[in-house]
Amino acid sequence: MTTYQELLKDIALKDERVIVMTAENLASIRDITVALGSRFIDTGIAEQSLVGMAAGLALRGRIPVVHALSTFLTMRAFEFIRTDVGIGNLPVKLCGGVPGFLSEANGPTHQALEDIALMRIIPSMNIFCPSDEQELTLGLRQVLEHSAPFYIRLNHARAVIEHTQAFNIGEAEVVFDGDDITLLVYGMLFAEAVKARALLQAEGKNVRLLNMRTVKPVDEEAIIASALRTSLLVTIEDHFITGGLYSIVCEALIRRGINCKVLPIALENRWFKPALLPLVLEYEGFTGEKIAEKILKTYHGGRQYASSH
Amino acid sequence: MKKEQLSQLKKTALKVREHCIRMSGSGGAFTGSALSCTDLMVYLYGQFLSCDPGDPGRDYCFLSKGHAVPALYGTLAEMGILQKERLSAHLSTTDDIYWHPNKNIPGVEFHSGSLGHLLPVATGVALDCKLRGQGNRVAVILGDGELDEGSNWEACLLASAYKLDNLIIIIDRNRLQANKKTEELVPLEPLEAKFRAFGLVAETIGGHDFQEMDELFFRIPFQDHCPNVVIAETIRGKGVPSIESRADRWFCSFSDENVELIVKELYDTAAEAER
Repeated sequence: MTTYQELLKDIALKDERVIVMTAENLASIRDITVALGSRFIDTGIAEQSLVGMAAGLALRGRIPVVHALSTFLTMRAFEFIRTDVGIGNLPVKLCGGVPGFLSEANGPTHQALEDIALMRIIPSMNIFCPSDEQELTLGLRQVLEHSAPFYIRLNHARAVIEHTQAFNIGEAEVVFDGDDITLLVYGMLFAEAVKARALLQAEGKNVRLLNMRTVKPVDEEAIIASALRTSLLVTIEDHFITGGLYSIVCEALIRRGINCKVLPIALENRWFKPALLPLVLEYEGFTGEKIAEKILKTYHGGRQYASSH
Repeated sequence: MKKEQLSQLKKTALKVREHCIRMSGSGGAFTGSALSCTDLMVYLYGQFLSCDPGDPGRDYCFLSKGHAVPALYGTLAEMGILQKERLSAHLSTTDDIYWHPNKNIPGVEFHSGSLGHLLPVATGVALDCKLRGQGNRVAVILGDGELDEGSNWEACLLASAYKLDNLIIIIDRNRLQANKKTEELVPLEPLEAKFRAFGLVAETIGGHDFQEMDELFFRIPFQDHCPNVVIAETIRGKGVPSIESRADRWFCSFSDENVELIVKELYDTAAEAER
């Protein structure tokens, strides 16, 4: 399988508009810096100038692909993203490293749990949250070719399921169909959602699984269709409950006047306990088993809220 | 400095280095960075500052390069401020000890981990000490790579504007960033001259030489009404030759067996130096 950095290198070598940048974080691009020559730029630990420079390069027709840890990229440089990249509607591609639970034992300073909330309120911004490295490479070309700015929540996990559905910006992947419950997920928790679904199926529930892929633009039709078909929607995300997928789904339902029960599985008004990743998932209740347990406690079958459909 | 004091500092530093190495097992730590500023931390807590957490008149010590936290926790443990047993819970959910400083740990003045934050914070603390006419000294340790962040230079302008001679900025000058030499990525030199141009007084010393530190630190404030900068020339990974000055030894994750080998290397190296 082609890795993210191999594909990025191929694209960059064929398209001289592409410039790969970082604020001293090589984790995702370590092996391609030499091959890119002068089209690789490391600004040192200076995220604000990294984004400002990227805007300047984009003004000159370049497509900067910018790397830094998610917190420092989306939060320290926020106003540079909003004002220079956002208002300018420049095709800067912002790649955030170790978002959400992937920051493991780094502590709250490194926990990007509000990155989606922040990025999605910028009018011209789009957001891609791949569930693994395969999906990251599946969507990369379209995301880079798109004329608008993008935030990519980097995730290099190994795929637990092969993604066969074609990638289209604004289109969710229907991984499994079902008509009792719908799980809506993005990013690294995809693998846990797949496990949770298997456990729920074993309990006799018929479970639909949607991988949201781009949470902005979001696949509103897929959300609405799920609300009409299944009686419980479950949003699963390593993000604060505020401003992430739960908010996105609820906003879509209300906008369309559809009443459906939505169970959020997210972080409620606090940072998570820093530790190695498997311990974090266990402690915070985000393993497939714990997710399935929570859902079974909530789901009692049938339509629980009146709906005219 | 008296001979006994010097020998006590050296002994403490060795124990702190052992803590740093042990914290780099099962999951890892930023070992190279921690070993780089271990002597500075031990000197500040053991000799120069008075950091009793319960004392409102205490001196402050902020670690802005938060990833070097094993040196801080190791020092706090050796000073009797933090229980040593807690260090073994590193990276587990049974305690709160992880890759960056946590304010809930006794002796930690503020959390850090995002670079370029604690010099502005320390400037605020130093300003308040001045406003209240209190004599607390405020030390803050920065990495040299960290100086890429513009917030540091804004804070230097402010510290200078407010004449904060109670502020002591210590640069752990190991000349390495996460991946490269500082001078190859974003050159910092002439560093002393940069700080001086911003209105601070900067001096350079060896960051592993307690005698040299003692002679310099006791001249602080270097000049009335001017913030102080100590550029401490250090070696990343200091004390363990197999990881010293290696750009790829910023973060280390050792197996249990390697932890023991590296602790042995540490003590053998120290014994050799004493001979």
